[in-house]
Amino acid sequence: MDFGSINPVLLVASLMVAATPIILAAAGELIVERAGVLNLGVEGMMITGAIVGFIVTAHTGSSWAGFGAAALGGALLSLLFALLTQFLLSNQVATGLALTLFGLGLSALLGQGYNGIKAPEFAKIDIPVLTDLPVVGPILFGHDPMVYIGIALIAAIWAFLKYSRAGLVLRAVGENHDAAHALGYHVMRIRTLAIMFGGACAGLGGAYISLVRVPQWTDGMTAGAGWIALAIVVFASWQPWRLLIGAYLFGGVTVLQLNLQAAGFAIPVEYLSMSPYIATILVLVLMNAGRAPGSLGRVFHASR
Amino acid sequence: MKRRTLLASGAGAAMAAVLGAPLRAQSGKTKVGFIYVGPVGDGGWTYQHDQGRQAIEAQFGDAIETVYAENVPEGPDAERVLTQMVLGGANLIFTTSFGYMESTLNVAAKFPDVKFEHATGYMTTDNVSVYSARFYEGRAVQGHLAGNMTKSNKIGYIGSFPIPEVIRGINSAYIHAKQVNPDVEFKIVWAFTWFDPAKEADAAKVLIEQGCDVILQHTDSTAPQAAAQAAGNVYTFGQASDMAEYAPMPRISSIIDNWGPYYIERTQAVMDGSWASVSTWDGIGKGMVKIGEISDAVPAEIKASAEALRDRIAAGEYHPFTGPLNKQDGSAWLAEGETADDGTLAGLSWYVEGIEGDIPS
Repeated sequence: MDFGSINPVLLVASLMVAATPIILAAAGELIVERAGVLNLGVEGMMITGAIVGFIVTAHTGSSWAGFGAAALGGALLSLLFALLTQFLLSNQVATGLALTLFGLGLSALLGQGYNGIKAPEFAKIDIPVLTDLPVVGPILFGHDPMVYIGIALIAAIWAFLKYSRAGLVLRAVGENHDAAHALGYHVMRIRTLAIMFGGACAGLGGAYISLVRVPQWTDGMTAGAGWIALAIVVFASWQPWRLLIGAYLFGGVTVLQLNLQAAGFAIPVEYLSMSPYIATILVLVLMNAGRAPGSLGRVFHASR
Repeated sequence: MKRRTLLASGAGAAMAAVLGAPLRAQSGKTKVGFIYVGPVGDGGWTYQHDQGRQAIEAQFGDAIETVYAENVPEGPDAERVLTQMVLGGANLIFTTSFGYMESTLNVAAKFPDVKFEHATGYMTTDNVSVYSARFYEGRAVQGHLAGNMTKSNKIGYIGSFPIPEVIRGINSAYIHAKQVNPDVEFKIVWAFTWFDPAKEADAAKVLIEQGCDVILQHTDSTAPQAAAQAAGNVYTFGQASDMAEYAPMPRISSIIDNWGPYYIERTQAVMDGSWASVSTWDGIGKGMVKIGEISDAVPAEIKASAEALRDRIAAGEYHPFTGPLNKQDGSAWLAEGETADDGTLAGLSWYVEGIEGDIPS
């Protein structure tokens, strides 16, 4: 056993990277749920974003184009969900699950022939003096742009929900869609936009896995990150900053278990592998999760 | 045939299995089937087996037909895929991963007329052969290079499953790294998968963060290579396939599995009717294991000594497991000059002295 070989600075830096796909996907789902819609298709939208982003990057050579396409792909897939749940009034849980299964199959189909291809490198930012600073340099100034975009997204969502009129309307729709409708707000339109935003964010999160974190394409490579994102939204009791903490906690356990193994820490790896999931369950139980948006998961029709 | 097609016809296969062999499609051609654990585009293990399949097609042309199923999970599902392949008329089936052992034996028992070849296994029956390559010979050359090239004296090793094949590789690499660099230390991470780029990349990154500047992998994807390339000053080795797209840095050499000649030989045997159950374990000497080009990132004298080691192993002058060697707990294993016998190597389940950590059970 050799704990000295675990470098805490690098550990923090790499947990930020490990948490980024979850932050992106969970941030989108947070907006969706605050609008009163439960979309369980996060995993399907993520993996679709991962392959769409990878295909576009492989052909254009530009990671940014890939991220753009991934957001678009995720949003398009979520539009299917919006159509089914908002206009055809289907059950949100069943439709969301179907979306995940559909996304996994669709991505495997699209990904035929993209196995084992190298993605171009996505450059990390390098600020001359700051990146070289001890401790804070690698943690705060040594990442790729998407890590910062993830954090900025959380800040933007927090400000949007707290200070903007549009955010207030979104929350009103999520809390009580009948009242919002009576006040003259277009519930279906607002929810459709929220769902598409959620899809775009999930797509970005997926593309981060296939373009930066791995970077390669394989079938089912998101490996449950979408479900973790869903759990973290509940864990965060629908609050943006808590969501950030939850994602870092999860990323931290993931990275720590590999570090412990490499340091020769002798506990069975199975325990370490399941630890992030146990942590999520435990926190969900202990926190007794905050109050969910009032209309979450309920079908809305103007006639009722 | 792709796996999805197989899945679609799975129900039919179950029916046919109940009704028995008379339903088997018959044609004049010899049909050769392959079960792959990963996708053919993995750039490593499965890719090389598929190269072997293509070598058969190139050799025999229209006289044979090949089918393959990729991404077949190790376990009961493989049995279903195998059964389906037999019912599809396959005469010879190569099951290309250790975890297919039980499935292969079960299906082989049901269809005694069909010949099976199980890669890296150890159980043979009248219609099941086993074949493997002495990858540990290649690992010796890798260890030699790794011990010479490391500056931090920390070498990372990404293991897949704690089975004898992988443990042999770790031991062989360690022994030969230690020979040239007494200060060398191995950090081993078990990924518990043959192919999962995300996990492999994470494992490689962690090893690099903990100071390893040479990474050996016994998993099949190129993800660790990409992680090493991003780090910049880390050396890696191609696994199963040459992975030359990562040369000259980080990939400084590789172990290449060369299955083509064996597959051609066995297919010919089925066509001639001379097929018999055998247990094949060939190494560098017979050409089943090849050492990929040692890149320019390696200084000339180290490259020369590595090539000399390779040639001595190929000629049979040197065995990578030559005593004196002790087990991890310090008890004696091989005496001075003694070499390990194949039986012991086939079931190797302990580390040699000097490696730290426990093998997970």
